[in-house]
Amino acid sequence: MKRSLIALSAGLLIAGLAIAAPGALDGVQKQPLNVSAIAMFMVFVIATLGITKWAAGRTKSTADFYTAGGGITGFQNGLAIAGDYMSAATLLGLTSLVYAKGFDGFIYTVSFFIGWPIILFLMAERLRNLGKFTFADIASYRLDQSRIRTFAAFGSLTVVCFYLIVQMVGAGQLIQLLFGLEYNMAVVCVGILMMVYVTFGGMVATTWVQIIKACLLLGGGTVLMLLAFSQFGFSFENLFGQAVAAHKAGIKIMAPGSLMADPISAVSLSFALLFGTAGLPHIMMRFFTVPNAKEARKSVFYATGFIGFFFLVVIILGISAIVIVGQNPAFFEGGQVGSKLIGGGNMPVMHLAKAVGGDVFLGFLSAVAFATILAVVSGLALAGASAIAHDLYARVIKKGEASSAQEMKVTKIASVGIGLTAIALGILFKDQNIAFLVALTFGVAASVNFPVLILSMYWKGLTTRGALWGGIAGLVSAVGLVILSPAVWVKVLGNAQAVFPYDHPAIISMTLAFVVTWLGSVTDKSARAAREADAFEEQYIRAQTGLGASGAHAH
Amino acid sequence: MSQQNIQAKIRSNPKFAELVGKRTRFAIILSLVVLVPYYSFMMITAFNPGLLATPLSEGSVMTWGWPLAALMVVGGWLLTGVYISRANGEFDDLNQQILKEAQK
Repeated sequence: MKRSLIALSAGLLIAGLAIAAPGALDGVQKQPLNVSAIAMFMVFVIATLGITKWAAGRTKSTADFYTAGGGITGFQNGLAIAGDYMSAATLLGLTSLVYAKGFDGFIYTVSFFIGWPIILFLMAERLRNLGKFTFADIASYRLDQSRIRTFAAFGSLTVVCFYLIVQMVGAGQLIQLLFGLEYNMAVVCVGILMMVYVTFGGMVATTWVQIIKACLLLGGGTVLMLLAFSQFGFSFENLFGQAVAAHKAGIKIMAPGSLMADPISAVSLSFALLFGTAGLPHIMMRFFTVPNAKEARKSVFYATGFIGFFFLVVIILGISAIVIVGQNPAFFEGGQVGSKLIGGGNMPVMHLAKAVGGDVFLGFLSAVAFATILAVVSGLALAGASAIAHDLYARVIKKGEASSAQEMKVTKIASVGIGLTAIALGILFKDQNIAFLVALTFGVAASVNFPVLILSMYWKGLTTRGALWGGIAGLVSAVGLVILSPAVWVKVLGNAQAVFPYDHPAIISMTLAFVVTWLGSVTDKSARAAREADAFEEQYIRAQTGLGASGAHAH
Repeated sequence: MSQQNIQAKIRSNPKFAELVGKRTRFAIILSLVVLVPYYSFMMITAFNPGLLATPLSEGSVMTWGWPLAALMVVGGWLLTGVYISRANGEFDDLNQQILKEAQK
């Protein structure tokens, strides 16, 4: 069955290419079929399916499935974390932000980066020492197993679902643009490949897909940066001088602009990015794939290095694009510099690739962008499947009595279920304005997952009641404020003025979650609350020393 | 030996207090070294953006904001290196001693 499913998915892809006749022109404009891009992407798909087949042979226990048996090295895991964090949105979105707004794009990029050192200093070691498969393991370590675990699992699934929609819709549009494939076909291809990787290869395959993609993205980005930068004689003064001359905002791109003009909005954005990152379930899951705390720390060191390097590359790409793409009529609709960019506002980096590296390089970068989406959705699907199978099924429903074989079966059903859901949501949200989903993803991660996680590790006084109250307060306020924010209230619902003026709710919703958790905990005088406080001692020693932490599983 | 016994031994070992104290202090100091400049930077962009728009030198288009932002990225990474060199060396050695002494 394994082989037949892999063959089926490869067949579907080829069929997809054949069907991809000129079609829908909705949303973003579909481009002519890009043969070199598709060929390069097929190489990636075949290689990763080969890896999946190899990984399937090594995935026997639930520990193999969820965490690759804890046998990934720090360096490999660092690359995989970087891969999880550097989505297609990073490459396309951050370059286009720098292209459009100059220095404001850099500020956003720094905010997107700065959470990583903090995760290392305050969380990495405790996460590794306390967790086994999911972040709910840590949140429910000494609290009520069924209630807190259920809540944490739903927190994970909510974030996974929102983020999956963002990725699937992005995949559909991007592939339509770059490959000339039809939107629905692209979404189905991504969904099926993701199901194959996750269902058969589990964490081993997902990690290697992520590592390969991270290398391609880092390599491709660096080569593109060198090609572009060489046109300016590798001189920053020259590059920036020409960019200022070319940009319609002129010298203003060199200074902070409108993005950060409102301090509350800026702080709320930084809270969402900083603490939301520390609450993303597919990222936290990566801390359990290494054998011990030492390797967990190393993985964040490597990941931070790769992410930081890539972000700096992205800045140079964005600035170069201002000069190279922004003044070339070939990249604008109607051949008119200053009109809409062909393919939309997210395309500067792709046009840059064509301008400095020709069609083959554009094809390569398109294939890398597709591979990136595929790898990120696989990581998300795995995190979702483990929340369903490990937390909800094995721990809550079966109270830890499920056999490994039963749990494995549920993980596979859950992976397929998540894949089908992702395809359905991707098609359902076609042509929707989904900008608010990014705010929602990071808002919920920062206001629901992060507070319970950090308090359960650091605060003895946390009780089940406090965690539940706080989590619900965080969830309701994050979702409610996003609905009242400009992104939904004005842009989706068509009202004239937003009730809540900021796009990111974190400054309110995260603060509220912490306050309510504290209040719910200190007023909890029940016997269970006292037991939970007593259990902190054991957890504290394990968190600090790794005594009793789950180790690597040898094969 | 029971798990509880081992835990009690770890707790009463003065090296445990030393490890936790040193490591926690180190982590908090490094976090502040990252967060204080970052939020100062964010507040400058909000309240005094002109400061970051100052040219690096007379007649240069390059402003102070760019190298400072790049420094936060590079510096943030270097600090993770500083943390793991001490955590994976000195602190882990101490941790191993504590675990070993508790098993006796």
